[in-house]
Amino acid sequence: MKTVDLAIVGAGPAGMVAASEARGHGLSVAVLDEQEAPGGQIYRAVEAVAAQAPERLALLGEDYAHGRRLAENFRVSGAEHIDRALVWQLEPNGLWYLRDEVCHELKANRILLASGAIERPVPIPGWTRPGVMTAGGVQILLKSSGVVPDGRVVLAGNGPLLYLLAAQLLAAGCRIGALVETVPYARYLEAVPHLPAALGSGYLSKGVRLLRHLRSSGTRIYRNARDLRVEGEQHAEALCFHAGGHEVRLDSDLIVLHEGVIPNQQLTRALGCVHRWDDGQKCFRPETDEWGNTSVEDVLTVGDGAGIGGALAAEHAGRLAALEVARSLGYLQTRERDRLSTSSRRQLNKLLQGRRFLEVLYAPPEERQSPPDETLVCRCEEVTAGQVRTAVRTGCTGPNQVKAFTRCGMGPCQGRMCGNTVSAIVAETQGITMEECGYYRIRPPIKPIPLAALAAAEVDCELDDVAQ
Amino acid sequence: MTGKPASGTTDLAVIGGGLHGCSLALQAALKGLSVVVLEKDSIARHASGVNAGGVRRLGRHPAEIPLSLASMRMWHEIEELVHDDCGFQVSGQVKVAETEGEMGNLRLRAEQLRSQGYEHEVLLDGEELYRLLPALKRGCPGGLACLDDGFAEPYRTTQAFRRRAEALGVRFLEKTRVLSLEARCSGCRLSTSSGELEAGVVANCAGAWAARICEQLGEPVPLEPIAPMMTVTQRLPFFVKPVVGTTGRLLSFKQMPNGTVLIGGGHRGRAEPQHNGTALDFRRLIRNVQIAADLFPSVRGARIIRCWAGIEARMPDDIPVISRSSTASNVLHAFGFSAHGFQLGPVVGRLMSELIVSGESSLSLKPFSITRFQRDRPAATS
Repeated sequence: MKTVDLAIVGAGPAGMVAASEARGHGLSVAVLDEQEAPGGQIYRAVEAVAAQAPERLALLGEDYAHGRRLAENFRVSGAEHIDRALVWQLEPNGLWYLRDEVCHELKANRILLASGAIERPVPIPGWTRPGVMTAGGVQILLKSSGVVPDGRVVLAGNGPLLYLLAAQLLAAGCRIGALVETVPYARYLEAVPHLPAALGSGYLSKGVRLLRHLRSSGTRIYRNARDLRVEGEQHAEALCFHAGGHEVRLDSDLIVLHEGVIPNQQLTRALGCVHRWDDGQKCFRPETDEWGNTSVEDVLTVGDGAGIGGALAAEHAGRLAALEVARSLGYLQTRERDRLSTSSRRQLNKLLQGRRFLEVLYAPPEERQSPPDETLVCRCEEVTAGQVRTAVRTGCTGPNQVKAFTRCGMGPCQGRMCGNTVSAIVAETQGITMEECGYYRIRPPIKPIPLAALAAAEVDCELDDVAQ
Repeated sequence: MTGKPASGTTDLAVIGGGLHGCSLALQAALKGLSVVVLEKDSIARHASGVNAGGVRRLGRHPAEIPLSLASMRMWHEIEELVHDDCGFQVSGQVKVAETEGEMGNLRLRAEQLRSQGYEHEVLLDGEELYRLLPALKRGCPGGLACLDDGFAEPYRTTQAFRRRAEALGVRFLEKTRVLSLEARCSGCRLSTSSGELEAGVVANCAGAWAARICEQLGEPVPLEPIAPMMTVTQRLPFFVKPVVGTTGRLLSFKQMPNGTVLIGGGHRGRAEPQHNGTALDFRRLIRNVQIAADLFPSVRGARIIRCWAGIEARMPDDIPVISRSSTASNVLHAFGFSAHGFQLGPVVGRLMSELIVSGESSLSLKPFSITRFQRDRPAATS
């Protein structure tokens, strides 16, 4: 079995930059990623798009095109890129992954988790019906195959990605029926104090440009929308909500929901890293030091998986983590690490300060933390918010008890989709904080794997079947 | 519900909110005792909540058979006891012989039981075996079965006992750790993380953590915390009804009512009781999955959704301690069920409550005495 100095999970901006940096200091590096090519979600398929569909590169925007340079550096760095690899089990100094339906084990002196963010689920009544997608899902289709939705499209929610997607869809010739913003009016006032810091970050001018573009395209914008629900029997037919004192019903063929992104905790949770509730970002995040070291020895995490900072911040954090790993393995003196980190550290801090404005403005609306009883919370096992509340009232004191009692979170997604909502409902019903409430224990495999692949794995030690 | 301070006095303090602790609490409450259950985590947090849920008489150690038979009768009427059916299903349990040699061993076992007057285990020839298990790999000569055995939902079961006990006035204190136990002639004094408690009798049902209590009583036990691993697949079309075990290898295999397949059998990960953790050993788990795929080739196409392990106490002779303390007259023990205690839960609570109330139990507990591990005494088991 092979051992590398550094195994990186995820080939997005953090993973690619960390790999290139670590290789530059002489470390042996393997990067495992589920996609066919480097880029992560943000720069998905950027090399192929640049080479084969330059017109799509233009419509996806210059921020997307920036990923090309990261991918180029990564390709020539000498890091081993294990593509189409599903990491399904982590141990402090090793991991298991599935590739071409075969299970492999890899040993590593250090593990860097750069597995990015997932979209924050938007559990409203009817959100699991066909005809409802997430902004990220629509973007994947757009990036990897240029597929654009047709018919009556309604975008609902909040956050930078929603506006970016709107702009990309317009550029691709799609007509957007309406944009339904779920930002309560009060949030604008709350966000004002954080405006100055955001001015220097570049986020703001980008946002203003996107909004202006949207308005000039004739897209109807509803503000301060609440009580969202999807209507329709088999297929979603309409988005209904309250806005401006009216009940609005928008007939739609496709409803796109998005309310920001949160760290993908599955890997860090599976490893037993300590997580904290971040009340600014309204999500759990692994506890790390300024280099990305987690509470588990030899395990680091950076990028959006460690707390939402965006793609540019992830690059700098990736570089810092690589320098720290190089130091801890004796490839760099502490002094050199500190000297080489100055610029990235400064830029990272600046980018993170600018995020505060976005966090306050686009915090998920309160009603999402407390969905109506009839809302499906766990799509895999079809458990409703009401069933979760009942379980708590009959003695389930935490998310794991609710899981054992209702099967909520026991399906193929391993609780990725319902974890935060279940914790929020448990916390509300019990009258405790999210931090006190905690989260599911994440069991391997992180994603489902074929039994045959596991059974075919070679067991390299003698095992006595009966007496252990 | 929880969080009330553990202060005051009670007839019985039960240490450990697993199935055995909850069962004893319920039975003692039915007999009119005041009961407090002290649980350092939450009810059914460990083995009681995450075990495979087998309700099995098949293949029991001879010493356990009388208890297992009595408990089975209680399982068949479980809803009357706890007002919840606990997801109990009569599916049958089958132990498969893969070779003629193994079949010979099963025949021997069946004869031994018959000579002791037991009728619950029946031999299956090849034809009967394949009628029960059409999806089984070809070439197995037969098996041994208990057709009235089955399985239940462990977490739900333990919670059902707890709720019924609570309805009868039992106090459950979760997140309450016993810091020290002082046994005197007049009663016991418990110092807990949420207060002091005086109890007439104390029952140690602390599972993998029970040895600490024994140490405080001056009667150390050779308890080994173990972490049996389990694997569950996605939902599959129904292809097997009974719970299936093997004779020469370690496997327990069953399809749940929702279609998922549960694979276990006692392959162990690493137990870390000091921080409530378990670590899976994937080499052993792969072996487990290989055996399952070998016996039931159709499961090869399934996806594995989840693997886990619970923390459980094992004794060197693989049977539990169900016993009075040898050093303190008002302390009792029920722990060390060695990964097959779930089915015994209902009866152990009843027998322990009998010991407390009348000083005697309706079934002999002699083989389970804590004294069997003391060097200066002969072993109580055969």
